[in-house]
Amino acid sequence: MIDRKWIGHELPASVLPIERTRLQFFAKATGQPDPVYVDADAARAAGYPDLPAPPTFLFAAEMDSGVAFRMLDDLKIPIAKVLHGEQNFIYHKPACVGDTVTVRSTISDIYDKKNGALEFVVKTSRATNQHGELVAELRSVLVCRH
Amino acid sequence: MGLTDMQAAEYANIQVGAMLRAIDVPPVDRGTLALFAGASGDHNLIHLDIDVARRAGMPDVFAHGMLGMAWIGRLLTDWAPQSALRRFDVRFQGITHLGNTIRCSGTILEKLEMGGERCVRIGLNAANQYGQTKIVGEALVALR
Repeated sequence: MIDRKWIGHELPASVLPIERTRLQFFAKATGQPDPVYVDADAARAAGYPDLPAPPTFLFAAEMDSGVAFRMLDDLKIPIAKVLHGEQNFIYHKPACVGDTVTVRSTISDIYDKKNGALEFVVKTSRATNQHGELVAELRSVLVCRH
Repeated sequence: MGLTDMQAAEYANIQVGAMLRAIDVPPVDRGTLALFAGASGDHNLIHLDIDVARRAGMPDVFAHGMLGMAWIGRLLTDWAPQSALRRFDVRFQGITHLGNTIRCSGTILEKLEMGGERCVRIGLNAANQYGQTKIVGEALVALR
């Protein structure tokens, strides 16, 4: 049983600088052939100041910082039992190379199904840029298999 | 341009039921997962080390859910510029295993006004070569 006291808990902020080589690596890893995601000139021609972070990239913020993994430790959830159940993004503003994005998350819910055989942790996040502007909202549902 | 191959989206020309040009991804292999672990920052060894995967009760390593979502993201940004993407929601329904060949597809579900913008709601699906659905979802895209 995951302790329900964690509902409402705020996780430490994660700061993710958007870097060109990292986005190029992400494009390679996801088989992305579109030059907008690898070539700064193509990105500028498409109206971005530089390479844009692709739609799912901001998920990396709490991976890089380790916040996502420390949360599992705090909640005493073995990582081997976790599956990703759902993921949502709401987009407000592009994040491009040169921006620094800060992700702040709250554990918004914990519940179970099948008499506790499955437990769910819902994490909601706000991603802002270096100007304090809202870039995106994220929501993750993690499933813990018992 | 047929109903099943609709690119360069403009609101007036879009019909509910039309499909986005599907994306076919090469078979998932260990190299793909290693690269995605590095690029995404998700270093969970269950996706990289067969011993760790087996201790967790899995037959072998398997794909990160977010890798599949990134592929669906490619489907969307191939169809419309990313700056037009308003929402992107998925539910992970099944594990994507080594050797799975994933096809990402999208269907226009609805034309609607949202926040003063003309938008389309797109139904999303990622399935393997056996027709087993791995990811379902929806996106909201604003159009001119």
